[in-house]
Amino acid sequence: MEILIPLVILAVIVVFVISLYNRLVTMRQRVREAWSDIDVQLKRRWDLIPNLIETVKGYAAHERQTFESVTQARSAAIAAAQSGSPEQRAQAETALGAALLNLRAVAEAYPQLQAVQEFKDLSENLRDTEDKIAFARRFYNGNVRDYNTTIQSVPTNILAGMFGFTAEQYFEMTDPAQREVPKVSFS
Amino acid sequence: MAVPQSRLNIYDAVAANRWRTVALVAVFTGILIALGYVVGEVFAPGGGVAMVPAALGLSGVSATASYFAGDKLVLAQSQARELAAGEEPQLRNIVETLSIGLGIPPPRIYLIDDTAPNAFATGRDPKHASVAVTRGLIDKLDRTDMEGVIAHELSHVGNHDIRVMLLVTVLVGTIALLSDWMLRSFAWGGGGRRGRDRGGGGIILIIAIVLAILTPIIATLIQLAVSRQREYLADASGALLTRYPPGLASALRKIAADKEALEVANKATASLYFANPLKDAPRAMDGLFDTHPPIAERIRRLEAM
Repeated sequence: MEILIPLVILAVIVVFVISLYNRLVTMRQRVREAWSDIDVQLKRRWDLIPNLIETVKGYAAHERQTFESVTQARSAAIAAAQSGSPEQRAQAETALGAALLNLRAVAEAYPQLQAVQEFKDLSENLRDTEDKIAFARRFYNGNVRDYNTTIQSVPTNILAGMFGFTAEQYFEMTDPAQREVPKVSFS
Repeated sequence: MAVPQSRLNIYDAVAANRWRTVALVAVFTGILIALGYVVGEVFAPGGGVAMVPAALGLSGVSATASYFAGDKLVLAQSQARELAAGEEPQLRNIVETLSIGLGIPPPRIYLIDDTAPNAFATGRDPKHASVAVTRGLIDKLDRTDMEGVIAHELSHVGNHDIRVMLLVTVLVGTIALLSDWMLRSFAWGGGGRRGRDRGGGGIILIIAIVLAILTPIIATLIQLAVSRQREYLADASGALLTRYPPGLASALRKIAADKEALEVANKATASLYFANPLKDAPRAMDGLFDTHPPIAERIRRLEAM
């Protein structure tokens, strides 16, 4: 009988470790799934841009610089998606958001453009996509926080270290509309 | 605006609801077995045991049926029709966007043609979920209010509340139906002849009648207790999702100000709705039989966030 006791203790420990390990796998999987939500919406935003520029061009052909900066920011964002780290990607997407905001500000100055149905639809689509990016980001970051907290807490941290579970990066995109600090001049 | 610090983890809520579902089905099965046993004893002394498998079967069938088809039943009863593609684009955008924030697939959207503002969510899990809103809700609320209401409903979906609520609704209905049927059969005197011959049978008959009256009341109380707590929780997680508690509070205020009752709602489906659709006057037993927490209290809690 005595031999049973250590066996039972061992079995309990094994079951505990297995359940912790499975929990880590599930949480990491959730982070990845959440990431794909962001990815889908970012790609949708890229796809809207060429049409948007074409439409605005029809009414404001000489705003060439604005168009170029949006196109460049879009290419940079696509390039960052293929090779960059999440951090670089977030930077490129933030820059794209700022360029788009600028494009919309420019478009404000053309009342005829505001009346075009296609432009209205595109603007609404863009707004909707940016809302979705914000919510997808929030969901992703929430999952990253839960996962990172778990792999840094005792006793999961030992297991995480043994099986190579590493912390995931947050996807931080500063809202271009909020980031612009008003410039105050006292001269 | 302060956002609640502790994040209500959706996965914990789901796990808690899984246990609650099992517990609820167990409790209702227990009630059905007790009912069946006593009925069996009344009709034939010693026949109670024979009724147990029947009660088990009935509870199994009604639980399974409500699990797989309950949402369609509820939607059909509420005369809801599914939104066509391109219809109400703003509502669809709100539902899609908030679903992304919760990490669930966007549910199907249904419209109830009624001017009373209200909404409900139903289904068995986030992959098989539907959200129904009334025409009045679309007309009377602005975008931020609507986001608050939809976030509340989607929290029910994400937390798997919808499954618990659906099962409870249908199981309570089954028990109510059975007790009704029992009382009728006693009135027709099925077991009465034998019961009056021997003293023991009479006592069992009394127990049976008391049970037939009490069980639907107990079942209803369980249902109400389950649904009221859930509303506060869904308000909190909905506000957490939109990060804007005043939106939901303003929607609640507008709905409270609207005195119109929702015609397609009834006692069985009332607890599913965003706000009590029956708008009945407060009674003496106020509180105990309410399907929803008082709106003033819900607003107060939202404003405290």
